[in-house]
Amino acid sequence: MLIDHPLLGPRDAQEFVVLGDAGLIDRPDRQAGDAARRFHEYLHLRNNPAGEHRELWFHEQGDRSWLVVTRDTLTHEILRVELARDVAVARGRDR
Amino acid sequence: MNGPFRLDGGLIDRARALAFRFDGRPLTGHPGDTLASALLANGVRLVGRSFKYHRPRGIFTAGSEEPNALVELRSGALREPNTRATVAELFDGLEASSQNHRGSLRRDLLAVNDLIAPFLSAGFYYKTFMWPKSFWERVYEPAIRASAGLGRLSGEADPDCYDKGFLHCDLLVIGAGPAGLAAALAAGRSGARVILADEDFVMGGRLNAETHEVNGRSGADWCAEAVGELASMDRVRLLLRTTVTGAWDHGIYGALERRTDHLAGSGGKPRQILWRIYSKRAVLAAGATERPIAFGGNDRPGIMLAGAVRAYANRFAVGAGRHVGLFTNNDDGWRTAADLARKGVPVAAVIDARDQEPVAEVPGARIVMGGRVTATRGRHGLRGVTLATGERLALDCLAVSGGWSPNVHLTCHHGGRPVWRDGIAAFVPGDGLPGGMSVAGAAGGSFTTAAALAEGHGAAVEALDGLGLSAAAGEPPGASDESVEVSPFWHVAESRGRAWLDLQNDVTVKDVVQAHSEGFRSVEHLKRYTTLGMATDQGKTANVAALAIMAGQTGNSIAETGTTMFRPPYTPVPVAAFAGRSRGREFRPTRLTPSHDWAEARGAVFVEAGLWLRAQWFPRPGETRWRQSVDREVQQTRGSVGICDVTTLGKIDIQGRDAGEFLNRIYANGFATLAVGKVRYGLMLREDGIAYDDGTTARLGENHFVMTTTTVNAVLVFRNMEFARQCLWPGLDVHLISVTEQWAQFAVAGPNSRALLRKVVDPEHDISNEAFPFMACGEVGVCGGTPARLFRISFSGELAYEIAVPARYGEALMEALMAAGGEFGAVAYGTEALGVMRIEKGHAAANELNGQTTARMLGMQRMVSKKKDCIGNILSERPEMNREGGLEMMGFRPVDRSEPLAAGAHFLAPGREAVTENDEGWMTSVAWSPELGHSIGLGFIRNGHARIGETVRAWDGVRGRDVAVEIVSAHFLDPDGERLRG
Repeated sequence: MLIDHPLLGPRDAQEFVVLGDAGLIDRPDRQAGDAARRFHEYLHLRNNPAGEHRELWFHEQGDRSWLVVTRDTLTHEILRVELARDVAVARGRDR
Repeated sequence: MNGPFRLDGGLIDRARALAFRFDGRPLTGHPGDTLASALLANGVRLVGRSFKYHRPRGIFTAGSEEPNALVELRSGALREPNTRATVAELFDGLEASSQNHRGSLRRDLLAVNDLIAPFLSAGFYYKTFMWPKSFWERVYEPAIRASAGLGRLSGEADPDCYDKGFLHCDLLVIGAGPAGLAAALAAGRSGARVILADEDFVMGGRLNAETHEVNGRSGADWCAEAVGELASMDRVRLLLRTTVTGAWDHGIYGALERRTDHLAGSGGKPRQILWRIYSKRAVLAAGATERPIAFGGNDRPGIMLAGAVRAYANRFAVGAGRHVGLFTNNDDGWRTAADLARKGVPVAAVIDARDQEPVAEVPGARIVMGGRVTATRGRHGLRGVTLATGERLALDCLAVSGGWSPNVHLTCHHGGRPVWRDGIAAFVPGDGLPGGMSVAGAAGGSFTTAAALAEGHGAAVEALDGLGLSAAAGEPPGASDESVEVSPFWHVAESRGRAWLDLQNDVTVKDVVQAHSEGFRSVEHLKRYTTLGMATDQGKTANVAALAIMAGQTGNSIAETGTTMFRPPYTPVPVAAFAGRSRGREFRPTRLTPSHDWAEARGAVFVEAGLWLRAQWFPRPGETRWRQSVDREVQQTRGSVGICDVTTLGKIDIQGRDAGEFLNRIYANGFATLAVGKVRYGLMLREDGIAYDDGTTARLGENHFVMTTTTVNAVLVFRNMEFARQCLWPGLDVHLISVTEQWAQFAVAGPNSRALLRKVVDPEHDISNEAFPFMACGEVGVCGGTPARLFRISFSGELAYEIAVPARYGEALMEALMAAGGEFGAVAYGTEALGVMRIEKGHAAANELNGQTTARMLGMQRMVSKKKDCIGNILSERPEMNREGGLEMMGFRPVDRSEPLAAGAHFLAPGREAVTENDEGWMTSVAWSPELGHSIGLGFIRNGHARIGETVRAWDGVRGRDVAVEIVSAHFLDPDGERLRG
């Protein structure tokens, strides 16, 4: 598999470590009233779609960027690759 | 010397003779021969025994699809079983032997299996070896194993080396027959980067085996010229002897190149290379495989595929027999008769299953249209056949053609399913091809030379177009369209005796019928029940006819019956090639500490810690048991001073205005308030609240921290911290880098550690207890200006320091420390002494931080801040993880102090039975304490702190021990920490 790194161009998937669902970016707010439930869902509940899936990949043997890779789990086609940092910022994460 | 069956012409070099042996018998062949062609040239027809019934078998094909002629090559450690003689290139001195027989090849004792064949039909072992159950392992399995299998492994390590490599191209062309050559020429002339791979040792595919003409010249001549042109192109790479074995995602192909298999020895060079080819487009021009017709006794040596007989005559200049017959259902098969006649090999008969006019005249041959072969004779080789009419013909070779099947395998590697095409009675590629792949020529069902050339050319032009490269290609080469008319005909129903489908696995028509009658109707079930299509050839010649038989049973069409799934690899790939150079010690890298050579020179015993090799202990003369060395190292450290290389701990440099805040969130305890010049112990949790890792972090500056992690978690902690930095809090100003490799670090521990360091640290640095107290850190110079970092931290419980220098000074610092420690009797200590001292001190390590323990279990619940956000603190508050009376880490000592303890023992109340319900916890770490003079242990036990002084049993069912132990504090010595503050 090849992952088109936004900074480095196409790199072999062997250089990466996959973590899973990009939903792990959306860490809940600990101040929320039901924080325990939210953390439980954040940590343990995952979608396993047949089709488009947003995944976190870490370029461990490369520049150590975390990436959000949008991949079709049926065809392995990679539809989009973004820096996870950009995705996190766009989703409102900051400090 | 020419073999008795050698003909004129062909692509062999008669000027040189190659001597080889088969089953010890000396024979000769020529460059250009395969082992199979050389055997046939010498009149050797019996080459092996079949898998199950030990039937005599000969050479069936002239290519990689060979099911029968499997041999062992070479000898000793180089012996290679199950090699197809049809692809083994002949070299001078080759030793080959037949396999799968007990006794000689001609008088195989296990041929008795053939006599009891009625009891060994499909699935016999599922039915036969059921009772009694006690026989499964003791009788049946050893007996089956002894008689199963084909060739023998050498049982020794493979002395050759194997390699892996990476290649990139615009266009990968798979197969160098007419379609592949036309594609490579078109792309190469356009300036594209092309890789042309072919499994054969000569490019050209069937052009070398046939008498077709291209551009008005002989196919072989045109091919040689085309290959010459391609070889002259800088951007074209020709890979001979290279099988493309699998299609992977995004245009990546696996290919096995056999570099020295055709030579007497590898000469130290890689024998095979497993290539990973990154292509933008690929043209599959893999050709087609001929398939046989099933009839009674169709497995005798001398019965071969018609195209193979032609290939042996045209390319290898070998007549497969002297009285050759032909049995065909298609026009292409007739070419064998014509080519043999042209070569002067007498064709005795042509039997065509189709009831129609003869396709051609074959002088001197008996022509039987609408004919059927029903039986054959000849124990070790064909002597004659019987037709349905009762007519008997004397033949020593029968060339059989049931039509051709496109080699669609690689089109299926991403889940594509082939579709049936009636016109050619064969499966052709369907939808779902790997991205970027197109198919040309016979692989796509276009069987004529003209079509192959045109399609190969067209596929290349289209691929270039898709890449935005302009094709300067011109016209495809021209050839005539030969007749390839075929009428499906799979099986002679009137057969007498067994009609074989899969020669490698001894599967007959009757087996398929039986599988159907027992309910195995899906083709995938058929395959597994009968073993049809398994093993080295994967049924390349067998599958389609078997599907046709199954379709006939179910009443469905072949199209409805479908075919089994093709998966990589296309042909066998040695495990050695997958391993490449990653074998033995090179299976993974070995990381060495900066003092490794120093330690090795002093006879250190090493232990693996992750990828690291660490000194475990340093034996001295006269010490015969490891405990003597370890006890000495502990006693000398606690009594004076010891030095240990702790470089392997993970080190992460953390910088930025928000570095303190970032650490506050990574660690369960607070770090933002840590003063510059101070170190703090930190506990990390996982997000689920379980204890994850621990270590110390030093604040070297307002915005600069250095963290240490445990050795084994160094990579994972860094990965998780990068995740937190980039994905959770991208707005924090913080940067991370791993500096594990960059800094050598040594623990200097013991009451004389300060006195020793005073001699090494440059005098301008005050390291007195007042100026540099417990948990202080700072940048210092050592040995006259060498930059260093000094940390006053203690894992041993003694007055202790860790000192770090850039890694290149590590060994020199070790020597300087030992030299300076001479007057104190300083010792180097290894991981065992380190472990003993940390157990005496009650520090948790990997045995305790095992991914199941909570901060509360470790007695660290007060460290988990509830005021700040940090990873894991929300879920660490779950009630079940904070129950009163849960497991707590405690110390244990044997009531009888002379008893040793064992980690892994479970705690039971006295008198209670050793069952799960009575389990109260377990021992995690044990050591013999030289300080206390008895064994001690750490472990988790329910409600431990409230039970200090209580006696329980440490029950160890594995080692058969049951020891009474007393629950004590985990801090066996200096519980108030006076030593480390001194």
